[in-house]
Amino acid sequence: MTTVAKTETELTQVSSTRVSGRAWLQDALPKLVLAPSFAITIVFVYGFILWTVYLSFTNSKTFPSYTLTGPRAYQRLWRWTFESDPPSSWYTSITNMGIFGFLYIGICLALGLFLAILLDQKIRGEGVLRPIYLYPMALSFIVTGVAWKWFLDPGLGLEQTLHQWGWTSFHFDWIKNKDFVIYTVVIAGVWQASGFVMAMFLAGLRGIDGEIMKAAQIDGASSFQLYRRIIIPMLRPVFLSAFIVLAHLAIKSYDLVVALTSGGPGGSAWLPSNFMYEYTFKRNEMAVGSASAVIMLMTLTAIIVPYLYSELRERPR
Amino acid sequence: MSTVAISERRKTGAGGSRTLNRIVIYGLLAFFALVYLMPLFVMLVTSFKTMDEIQSGNMLALPQSPTFEPWVKAWGETCVGLTCAGIKGYFWNSIKMVVPAVLISTLLGALNGYVLTKWRFRGDTLVFGLMLFACFIPFQSVLLPMATVLGSLGRFGMTLRNATGYSFGFGNPTVNLVFVHVVYGLGFTTLFFRNYYEAFPTELIKAAQIDGASFFQIFRRIMLPNSLPIFVVTVIYQFTNIWNDFLFASAYAGTGDAMPMTVALNNVVNTSTGVVEYNVNMAAAMIAALPTLLVYIIAGRYFVRGLMAGAVKG
Amino acid sequence: MAFLEIRNLEKTFGNVKVLKGIDLEIEEGGFLVLVGPSGCGKSTLLNSIAGLETTTGGTISIGGKVIDGLHPSQRDIAMVFQSYALYPNMTVGGNIAFGMEIRGVPKPERDKAIAQVAEMLQIGHLLDRKPSQLSGGQRQRVAIGRALVRDPQVFLFDEPLSNLDAKLRVDMRTEIKRLHQRMGTTIVYVTHDQIEAMTLATKIAVLKDGLLQQSGTPAEIYNNPANLFVADFMGSPAMNLIPVTITKNGSGVSISTNRDEMEPLALGIPNAPAGLAAHDGKEVIFGIRPEALTDRDGADRNAKNIAESECLIEVVEPAGSDTFAVTRLGKKQVTARLRADVNVVAGQKTKLAFNLDKAVFFDPANGQRIL
Repeated sequence: MTTVAKTETELTQVSSTRVSGRAWLQDALPKLVLAPSFAITIVFVYGFILWTVYLSFTNSKTFPSYTLTGPRAYQRLWRWTFESDPPSSWYTSITNMGIFGFLYIGICLALGLFLAILLDQKIRGEGVLRPIYLYPMALSFIVTGVAWKWFLDPGLGLEQTLHQWGWTSFHFDWIKNKDFVIYTVVIAGVWQASGFVMAMFLAGLRGIDGEIMKAAQIDGASSFQLYRRIIIPMLRPVFLSAFIVLAHLAIKSYDLVVALTSGGPGGSAWLPSNFMYEYTFKRNEMAVGSASAVIMLMTLTAIIVPYLYSELRERPR
Repeated sequence: MSTVAISERRKTGAGGSRTLNRIVIYGLLAFFALVYLMPLFVMLVTSFKTMDEIQSGNMLALPQSPTFEPWVKAWGETCVGLTCAGIKGYFWNSIKMVVPAVLISTLLGALNGYVLTKWRFRGDTLVFGLMLFACFIPFQSVLLPMATVLGSLGRFGMTLRNATGYSFGFGNPTVNLVFVHVVYGLGFTTLFFRNYYEAFPTELIKAAQIDGASFFQIFRRIMLPNSLPIFVVTVIYQFTNIWNDFLFASAYAGTGDAMPMTVALNNVVNTSTGVVEYNVNMAAAMIAALPTLLVYIIAGRYFVRGLMAGAVKG
Repeated sequence: MAFLEIRNLEKTFGNVKVLKGIDLEIEEGGFLVLVGPSGCGKSTLLNSIAGLETTTGGTISIGGKVIDGLHPSQRDIAMVFQSYALYPNMTVGGNIAFGMEIRGVPKPERDKAIAQVAEMLQIGHLLDRKPSQLSGGQRQRVAIGRALVRDPQVFLFDEPLSNLDAKLRVDMRTEIKRLHQRMGTTIVYVTHDQIEAMTLATKIAVLKDGLLQQSGTPAEIYNNPANLFVADFMGSPAMNLIPVTITKNGSGVSISTNRDEMEPLALGIPNAPAGLAAHDGKEVIFGIRPEALTDRDGADRNAKNIAESECLIEVVEPAGSDTFAVTRLGKKQVTARLRADVNVVAGQKTKLAFNLDKAVFFDPANGQRIL
């Protein structure tokens, strides 16, 4: 009796070790599968960010140098920040960023919402119109920059066309004017992204419970009141998402400026992304370029991290 | 009786202003549609015009005598930098870069999404958060270290070639770009698949476990066959993004024979020597736009869904 | 010896204890229903038996063999899920045979097994369809078929009927019961529907907050609830639970409760449980099911102790087969189940019969039954 009991215990022990070996693999396999991607992210994103931060504290010029020399690059950027006459490249870049960011986000939101509301009026042909508003998002700015450059060129594009049509006093040379070139970047940027914002708002509008609208109509709200008092306030989350997307696109905008203006007269159309590229790869000021990249990253982080944090926290486990 | 009359009147009044309303709405929508189409239209008509016509005519006019000459020239003869063999080589460069980068990043994204939703572990949200943040960083903040690393890999490739006669892809700009796009596309592909698989019924995984299917069997037999929509979304999104990329392309393959389409196009357009051939430039731009434009026309619905998935909560 | 044995089972998620030492067993061929409100741990318990969740303490054995740590596919169980969990990309036949395919069973054998199950469940004509082409009831059958084909030692059902409409649910309930009677395989079944629990089970286990509240036959659970929670949870309409004051008079005990605009209700309790006398002068909870509170002619003729009292009827709810009347005792709304054609009018007084054989008492301090 005792022996039998003993063998049984032994058997269970043997099988349980074998089981736990397999169980370990079962348990570890998912993590093993995820590990390469995670490792890549840690090294090539976070590691590289730290590397860039490190470089920004060195005196790297054409080639990276690994001797720390303190925050000299930041001090230079800080000095340039206030160098407005004549404007330093950095001053131009960040003021352009301010103008571009404000107008680009503002106009995209307004125009996107406006188009979405128009499209939400039970429009025949919505299926044709929507893709037309959205297609710029599918094209590279290097491509559409070619068209916009041509379109905005005083000698070839809009100005010349209107002259041919008889409006000879029409004058539109922003793309050649260092004070206005950034506004042409705004125009092209809005053209590219507003359709996408429209699609976001349209999805938001379609997601609103129809019964709420019925209730408001029974309460006697006019269409205008309905939108102003009920629907637009309900789109708050869409405004937030759209703002985040646009802010992130604005900070990352690079090819837009290159393709449309090649930097503008004397670098007058630069954004910080262009500043970084030029200083790092063309002007052999690697430390300054790195410092500007770090500043771009910190700006974006300040916007994105709270958003991602709230998004991920809200997800029920 | 009188109430009926009033309501009748109100109805006709409302009907009149309603018609006006509709006209205004349709008018505005049509106007904006024209504005949005304008650049593409200008690009298209100009690419079929002769240079004479461009210089004398109106940019909005249809070509008087349509010619394919600019397209032929852009494809096979125009100068990119110093070589004058058209953009066809660069078009294929882009294809060679895009196809593997899209496939690899999508497949990895699918696996990551599967693990992050169906095999959750302590800290999985943090892991995902870190990967997700990676899609939003300005790539300028990793541009330089990556250039340094790719440079070292290139030297390693040289050593290998000297030793073995073959570089195994180290230092090849196309391979480099594939790698870069996989690395920085992973966040998005993982996001897409995670959101999709989050809504995928977990009971199916449990049922498959009871049926004895292993981790990979479940992925291959249960998850993948039911992931077609998100595959389409991810592939289109990645394809568009990678094809359209300019920053990485110009930083890591900005010169030489390996440059992708976008860089080549920018070089064509900004070549300042000789007469600027606008029609050829436009044709080259159209050729560069064609793949993504085609994808958009065929599967625009999925492209939009991808854009939204990256922005709005799933 | 019990066939499925669960001993001191514990499960924690982070800091939350979901199962706090569950002891439960069922004999071979039994039908165990786990019932309780959502979040009570019943699904976690079922998933633990299936091996889909790892437990943090205790053991589970089937047929004397400990199955802890075994992969779900090696536990000799089969499971039917709430959403049916049919693989959308496979045909009905493919769904049923997937497990065998994974185990490497050759195709002819698989086809034979599919045919057998299909015949039993009358789904032969559906075998080549995809799940999306099936109705809810058909999907349910396929899900059961997929479980049957495994020929397991224990079937696990996770709220299998909750996605069906009311009528189909009743039909499928009967079908599951018939299937159980024919196959004689042990079943563990999770539901939050106490009627399902009553009709299907040979043994019910009521759970709340990760603790087993009571287990026993449906009749035991229904007639002798161990505590207030079980009394309140099982039965529809729910048991009336009325706070009353105990008065000891000689060897007997009586209960009383105040009523608005009427003299207090006072009832002598013959054969009172022994523990009740100890609560002299204190408040206890008096539990009586609606069907034990009837009109005078509708009272159970076999009951030994029936007390009558005039009550003010507040609401009358005819339900076809019965009429429910709502009155008020000591601030509590109380439901009585009257015959369908009884003549009661809201706002009037009528005599109600209390079947005191069925009366139960609970200690309000801990919610436990006073015996």
